[in-house]
Amino acid sequence: MNLTHDLIAVFGGIFGLLAVFSAIGAVLKYRVSPGAPHGVIDNLNARIKAWWAMIALIGGAIWIGKWGVIGLFGFISFQSLREFVSLTHTRRGDHRALIWSFFVFLPLQYYLIAIDWYGLFSILIPVYAFLLLPISSSLGADTTRFLERAAKVQWGLMICVYCLSHVPALLTLDIAGYAGRNVLLIVFLVLTVQSSDVFQYVWGKLLGKHKVSPAISPSKTVEGLVGGVLTSTAVGAALWWITPFSPLEAGLIALVINMMGFFGGFVLSAIKRDRGVKDWGAMIEGHGGMLDRVDSISFSAPIFFHIVRYWWVA
Amino acid sequence: MSIDHLIASALCGFAKLLTGVRAVWLGSEPDARPRVYFANHRSHGDFVLIWAALPPHLRYRTRPVAGADYWLTTGLRRFLINRVFRGVTIDRRPDRHGANPVEQMGAALAAGESLILFPEGTRNLGEGVQAFKSGIHHLSRAYPEAEFIPVWIENLGRVMPKGSLIPVPLLCSLTFGPPLALIDGESRDAFLTRARSALLDLAPPED
Repeated sequence: MNLTHDLIAVFGGIFGLLAVFSAIGAVLKYRVSPGAPHGVIDNLNARIKAWWAMIALIGGAIWIGKWGVIGLFGFISFQSLREFVSLTHTRRGDHRALIWSFFVFLPLQYYLIAIDWYGLFSILIPVYAFLLLPISSSLGADTTRFLERAAKVQWGLMICVYCLSHVPALLTLDIAGYAGRNVLLIVFLVLTVQSSDVFQYVWGKLLGKHKVSPAISPSKTVEGLVGGVLTSTAVGAALWWITPFSPLEAGLIALVINMMGFFGGFVLSAIKRDRGVKDWGAMIEGHGGMLDRVDSISFSAPIFFHIVRYWWVA
Repeated sequence: MSIDHLIASALCGFAKLLTGVRAVWLGSEPDARPRVYFANHRSHGDFVLIWAALPPHLRYRTRPVAGADYWLTTGLRRFLINRVFRGVTIDRRPDRHGANPVEQMGAALAAGESLILFPEGTRNLGEGVQAFKSGIHHLSRAYPEAEFIPVWIENLGRVMPKGSLIPVPLLCSLTFGPPLALIDGESRDAFLTRARSALLDLAPPED
């Protein structure tokens, strides 16, 4: 099987689907409210447009190669961490810890992927950042809400940098009979989890009645959750041919990462509600901030990474 | 486009890139009538951010009010504040001999321009918002036709707190509130308190 051939097949398929969705969006707009603003349809079309850009970005990064993928996810981490820290209250005494997070731990985490140093990659943030950052904050001599502030900085690094960095880290796994094709694992993960978000949105809009938890997210419904996770699990199973998995394995793994992805969005929604905001930012039109788009990937990537590493890496 | 304009656009672009600034208009819209934008003050970059967030056609009619004791001390600062930002530089010393600050600010309003003002007087390095100086009240009495718009600046003080050399790339937001005017017979302290709480109303909830 040829990598380029598979990539062209997958990306060709996605662009084809996007073209269909764009056409449907345009027809809906023309039929329902030509020339006048319509909340749901305009948001739908903005989302589809943003998908074109996001898929093109991922495709471009894969085309560049290893550094392209690492650079793209490094940037995604950077933007997510910006959004996370901007919404959480830190104090002047945390300034140095934040500088270390943005300009040392974040680049270092991605550099360790590039030089394939798994041992340090896996403990850099859970051990070294965890111990060193509170030391830096304590030197700021401000004890107000100290534990809370230290915990927030660490949490931001874990979610936005450590967890997300497991996506490009898939490139470093040595899988027998799969050499040189690891980038397809990234395609599988991103496509499955993101399609779960899309199908949850679609099923929720079509059939959604029972809210999963109105206190946390007004838009997540049981119908959307079940329909979305099942549909995208089927998507995952259907993508088995780009993975080292059998169709059944691909489906089971897709189910696990889709559930993790759903709860990733759920947990980060709880934080947003607590802070009194709807979105993490305004970077991606129709979607909100970067973190709104990647929360599900953040929760599923490390689990996916370790499933593959435990059962498929010799 | 003059070199001053070019430098101004470059600085605005840089400020936007660094801070990802987002302007939220709640209760007021961008408008060319004479206005006084008054904001909380945490950082030297505060007025640049407000200035950058205004639409360009309003930006060049909006002049920051700045302390002469800081801005007129070196050649570069003088160039920036006089030529690039077209600031109104006022003498903040109590024993001043020069022009009356309220008259200086009023001249700009009378010419149809707007002002950016920090009524706390100096940068606030603590929490919350300090008590307002009385200049904004004098201004509201002398120029009752001007609109006073509170602007809450969120996060810029955290990007680069006093004494630090490296900025943290946090996202900043500006919230523009509804306009405020002096009510007939309102005392100085009542107006200052009302203006201050209008600004605090725009702040996000404390945790």
